[in-house]
Amino acid sequence: MAILVGRDTRLLVQGITGYQGMFHTGLMLEARTRVVAGVTPGKGGTKVHEVPVFETVDEAVRATGANASVIFVPPMFARDAALEAIACRLNPVVIITEGMPVHDAIEAVAYAGRQAVNVLGPNGPGVTTPGQCRVGIMPTHLFSPGHVGIVSRSGTLTYEVVAGLTHAGLGQSTAVGLGGDPVVGMSYVDILQLFNADPDTHAIVLIGEIGGSAEEDAARHIAAHIKKPVAAYIAGRTAPEGKRMGHAGAVISGTEGTAEHKIRTLEAAGVAVATLVSGIPALLRERLKDAPAPRRSSG
Amino acid sequence: MIERPEQVAGLSVQYPVVIKAQVLVGGRGKAGGVKLAKTPAEAEVQARAILGMSIRGERVGRVLVAPAADIAAEYYLAFVTDRSARRAVAVASAAGGVEIETVAKTTPEKIVTAAIDPSLGCPPFQGRSIGRRLGFAGPRLNEFAGIAGRLYRLYWAEDAELAEINPLAVVGANLLCIDAKLVLDDNAAYRHADRPASEELTLLEREARSHGLSYVELEGDIAVIGNGAGLVMSTLDLLAHFGGRAANFLDIGGGATAEGMRQAIAIVQRKAGIRALFINVFGGITRCDDVAKGIVQDPPRVPASIRLTGTNEEEGQRILRAAGISAGLDPDGAARQAVALSRGTSRPHQGP
Repeated sequence: MAILVGRDTRLLVQGITGYQGMFHTGLMLEARTRVVAGVTPGKGGTKVHEVPVFETVDEAVRATGANASVIFVPPMFARDAALEAIACRLNPVVIITEGMPVHDAIEAVAYAGRQAVNVLGPNGPGVTTPGQCRVGIMPTHLFSPGHVGIVSRSGTLTYEVVAGLTHAGLGQSTAVGLGGDPVVGMSYVDILQLFNADPDTHAIVLIGEIGGSAEEDAARHIAAHIKKPVAAYIAGRTAPEGKRMGHAGAVISGTEGTAEHKIRTLEAAGVAVATLVSGIPALLRERLKDAPAPRRSSG
Repeated sequence: MIERPEQVAGLSVQYPVVIKAQVLVGGRGKAGGVKLAKTPAEAEVQARAILGMSIRGERVGRVLVAPAADIAAEYYLAFVTDRSARRAVAVASAAGGVEIETVAKTTPEKIVTAAIDPSLGCPPFQGRSIGRRLGFAGPRLNEFAGIAGRLYRLYWAEDAELAEINPLAVVGANLLCIDAKLVLDDNAAYRHADRPASEELTLLEREARSHGLSYVELEGDIAVIGNGAGLVMSTLDLLAHFGGRAANFLDIGGGATAEGMRQAIAIVQRKAGIRALFINVFGGITRCDDVAKGIVQDPPRVPASIRLTGTNEEEGQRILRAAGISAGLDPDGAARQAVALSRGTSRPHQGP
């Protein structure tokens, strides 16, 4: 078992005929993901890496039994693609697209709530359960199957952490990218709940960054509900106030959203916070030693 | 709206007037950017004083001259994108006229909020419900609900992250919008081609954006290029940890091309006083071979420490080696080397 995606995932790729969609479909297939269909309006009937391409999501689902979607379409079409996948109740719907207007994300996320569909992103790297399924763009070769769950707002920092864990002999259950935009679907708290209930996950790494209060919300949830060891890293300790650091979500305003505040809140919740990304594996090992885990991490 | 004090004479407005600095920052009243004048002569003096002053680092190039209102009470009303609620939230307060952050800190009980369902907007009943909580009644309650509905439609139509009226003033029998502020979503700029370019960015920041790069100028002497906002932020922290200072934040973005990388190197080197360059790339949707091609097209002019790993890593490393440029895989080592290069204590291209 893992969370969100695994062996049972039958993946649909929206925007499969584009530069990124085509390239990453190849890599997802290499990672043993069951990519069963693609959708590009206007390109139905063609094939990409032997995967059949359909005009609409509805047709693709009926023909292939697809049950999850990943979206690679350009920002101006991302809203429609997401609504189409959510209308067909694909779950999860993973939006890789960077640069989607925030109001479009608000509409997609609100609709997903009514349809009981989980959305990851926009502007995220997707979700990977190593050895079983890769949905999105995380570089597969960094992973090794194991028992550490990872949740992050940042794509590249996730890779950094996964590479460090693998190097240290700590395998991963599932790595989840939430997305770097101000409005995204699933939150840290949603993912922490899933990891807490997943018997394959023995410890959790939370990667955060400046801006908003999602990490503080996560800290409160951890203190009240999470029994597994948690290590964290927060990016942006040296970021100046009022400047938007790349991610539309990453801006400090006043005392709100500072790395210092997030780190203090997480530490108060019993989370081990690393100063450098490279410090995470050692911190986690220490916590795993102390934790009365039902099974030792085979990591 | 005028740009020179002499233009006051040509205005047909009713006195007394208020002269307001037009700047893209908040807190102008506190900074002396809003003044009252009873006569045209007085208005010209005040306009002269305000034009040319700086408010939070921004020079005042224009002032608005408007009839002064006899304000009986001041309210606050805004629609703002709320990350936790994942939708717009109406924020209102009977303590208007001051910064809402101040109200939130000192008297949070005076702030009224209501989440907006994007499929409904802000219908009149919701506007009235917010208005009631501010103490409005009678005809003024309906007027408030109308303003709330229109402000939400503005927030939505303009792709705003914030649409704020502060103060929303009671003047005689009416509600008047005395001052307003919009914060716009850059991602939606393509839907609003008529908008002028943001004046908040520096020249380099604007140029970077035109190439799809996200660049923020900082104070130090080590130019930084990376992919992904989180990684670049952690790269700045990493340099600081080893005693270095970043000259900038530059995120080449997801799926950057060779051309994007070449532009990035050109842009970060244009800032004065750069002593070293640190490239930290972890390929995901970005491919290391694309990044390497961009680096070798126009190799850095300053000593550079390069860390390149992730998607298509081997091909990327091979392209760099073929051009006589070495790159490492370990971020901490590469950061240490970048700091050493900036101090002139290490030779370039030795790899970490």
